[in-house]
This record gives sequence, C-alpha cells and structure tokens, in this order.
Amino acid sequence: MVGLTHYLVIGAILFCLGLYTVLTRRNAISILMGVELILNSANINYVAFAHYSSGSLDGQIYAIFVIMLAAAEAAVGLAIVLAIFQLFHTIDVAATETLRE
Amino acid sequence: MEISTAIFYLVAAVTVGSAAMVAFSRNIIHSAFSLLGTFAGVAGIYVFLGADFVAGVQVLVYVGGILVLILFAVMLTHRITDVQITNRSAGRIPGLVVVAILFVLLVQSIGETPWAKAKEVVYKATTASIGDLFLGDYLLPFELASLVLLAALIGAVVLARQEIKE
Repeated sequence: MVGLTHYLVIGAILFCLGLYTVLTRRNAISILMGVELILNSANINYVAFAHYSSGSLDGQIYAIFVIMLAAAEAAVGLAIVLAIFQLFHTIDVAATETLRE
Repeated sequence: MEISTAIFYLVAAVTVGSAAMVAFSRNIIHSAFSLLGTFAGVAGIYVFLGADFVAGVQVLVYVGGILVLILFAVMLTHRITDVQITNRSAGRIPGLVVVAILFVLLVQSIGETPWAKAKEVVYKATTASIGDLFLGDYLLPFELASLVLLAALIGAVVLARQEIKE
C-alpha cells in the first residue's frame, strides 16, 4: 500500500540529490539543474500533503505557483549565465569570482 | 503486489535514477537529458497523487520550457566542436557526507512524525476547482504572478542581449 511516507521519501531523495548537485558542481548550468531538482522535491511534498493530509486543493495551488516561479528563475538565471559567459568566456563558478569586468 | 503499486515503484525508480544521473554524470549533456526523466517521472507522481492539472502544467512548463532553456544554455556556452564537454565537480566526499547525514535525518523525521490524515482520500478532476480558486481566493497572488513573469521576461531579455560595442 503506497502512502504519504513513500512520497515524502521520494521528495527527500530528490532534495538530497539536488543539494549535492548545488554543493559540488562548478558549472553554473549544473547548479541551476540542482535548484530545479530541489524545487521539484518541494512540489512533490506540497501535492502529497494536499492529497493525504488536508484533502483540499491549496497545496496544488502552491505547487503551481512554485512551478511558475521556477520558470521565471530559470529564464533569469540562464540569462545571467549567458551574460557571464560573454564576459568571462567560461561559466565555471570558481573562475568567475570577481564581481567586475 | 497490485499493478498500480508496481507502476508507482517503476515511476519512482525512473525519477530517482534520472535525478542521480543529473547529480553524478560527468557529461553535462547527459545531465541535461537525464533531467527529462526526472521531470516526466515527477509528472507521473502527480498523477498518482490525483493532481491531474499540476501534472499537465509540469509537463508543459518543465519539459516543454525549462528543459529546452537549459539545453539551449548548454549549447550556447560550450563550443559544439569541443569533444570533451566536461561537468566538473569539487568537494565530492564532504558533499556526500553532508547530504547523507541530511538524508538520514529527513527519513527519520518523516518516519517518526505523526502526520495529519485527511478524512477520506479522493480522486476527482481538479481543473475546474483550481480555476475557481485562482479567480476567487487566490486572485491577488495570481495577478502578482503575471507581474513577476513580465518582470522576468524583460529582465531576461535585458540580461541576455549582446551589447553592441562601437
């Protein structure tokens, strides 16, 4: 019988993998991928609690808002990555630590 | 084992396996394409949770939008002629230790917390109710979301355009 804890554990696994990606990667795009994993894990928890704990749709609404903000974050984040690439010709976050041209 | 349970474990395995590929793959193209499996698997999990509209939005926005954006960014920031498209990592061992400890803590607290239970678990179409909520209780956040998207759109264009230097 699949229950709430199954979904919470999947969310925890995705969160940990995303956190590992953010912590260890040196490529800026990979770090953004890790952030997407973390946002997805949060969304799984929202929808799982909406389904099993509250029985209302509020959790799903929050999940949709998180998806919307993730889209905005991806667009702006990748635009920043492209701007960094034009300036430094690399997107290694260890090589781009000066905040000026 | 029921067939739906088997399918659930299959979807969960695809999701977690692709996420592991994203985290551990040495090639950034492989990471980007593995993200497809993760996003699609999460959409399947939403279906299991009776969230049909959220699953549709997940496929449209994540698979159709964000994944394509990420692939574009990968292609634009690496020379295609480069055979070795690397995806370097730093501090693997400390990162792994920290994440493993965090995971154990999370699983323990998930197991020991007495979660609230709904009176009954219902499966029904949610799209109409979500539309009512967006134009009712959540009208102000809904309108603010459109402003945020407009600001992100303009910001992305301003940031990504190439400066024409005289």
